[in-house]
Amino acid sequence: MSVLGSVFSLLSAGLFVAMDAVDVAFTEAAVGAGVSLVFFLAALALTEHEETPVTRGNVFPLLVAVLTGVLLIYGLLEAPPFGSADAPAHLHVAPEYLSKTEAQIGVPNIVSAVLASYRGFDTLGEAGVIFTAGIGVLLLLNGGLPKGKGRE
Amino acid sequence: MADIRHHIILRECVRVLIPVILLFALYVQTHGDFSPGGGFQAGVIFASGLILYGLVFGQEALLEFAPLHILARVMALGWLLYVGVGFACLAMGGNYLEYYVLNADPLAGQHLGIFLIELGVGVTVAATMVVIFICFTARQLPAPADD
Repeated sequence: MSVLGSVFSLLSAGLFVAMDAVDVAFTEAAVGAGVSLVFFLAALALTEHEETPVTRGNVFPLLVAVLTGVLLIYGLLEAPPFGSADAPAHLHVAPEYLSKTEAQIGVPNIVSAVLASYRGFDTLGEAGVIFTAGIGVLLLLNGGLPKGKGRE
Repeated sequence: MADIRHHIILRECVRVLIPVILLFALYVQTHGDFSPGGGFQAGVIFASGLILYGLVFGQEALLEFAPLHILARVMALGWLLYVGVGFACLAMGGNYLEYYVLNADPLAGQHLGIFLIELGVGVTVAATMVVIFICFTARQLPAPADD
């Protein structure tokens, strides 16, 4: 499964290139096709071969899952049709970024300009999420933060 | 897994590949303003170079190059760099993460700000990926005696 997922990632990276979304393709190829396969295989090696039998009732989790799905679909009803040219995202910010990045930021790669400058707060939060993930894995799997040699 | 010391073709190919991967990561990192890519992609590529090293030459070799406690600090350092750039903008009279004030020339300020925060993102991502890899694979090795 995970190998197939990796292959799928690589194929979709090609798809993104074909749609001129080179930055997304780059990320997909590096993360989806590369690192995540290694992580999946490592995680699979950590787990056992047999599933632990479920003892608790699973009605409540099912309810939560269905409710979340219904909410998401309900939210999508308001969304503009797929691929429509007059969606709000295409009318306000996108043309502004495209036309003003050169003068305001002076960076040829508009994706970089949007990520790092216009949407700097989002990227700050993203970096925080990644940092939190690393700390979480360290605390859970390593049994605490690693100590330096001098402090043992 | 068979003893890795017998896989001479694998080892020699990887030995050639890793410097290229790391160099490419640095290129993506520093050239992100002008071409596709940026801190996140560069971090993942750099980490994949180190992970490849760990896969082929073993966990101990990787840990010798990048000890876990240093990786954890580097991870925090990258994010602190990002946050610090934000506060530097505040200190120089702008809004948080408003890079115009970082330099007398606003566009140069933008360049500097973007470069620094991309560096922060790249460092955090690279360290985090390697930490996750080490934590996931460390369990399969016999526990160290001093633990």
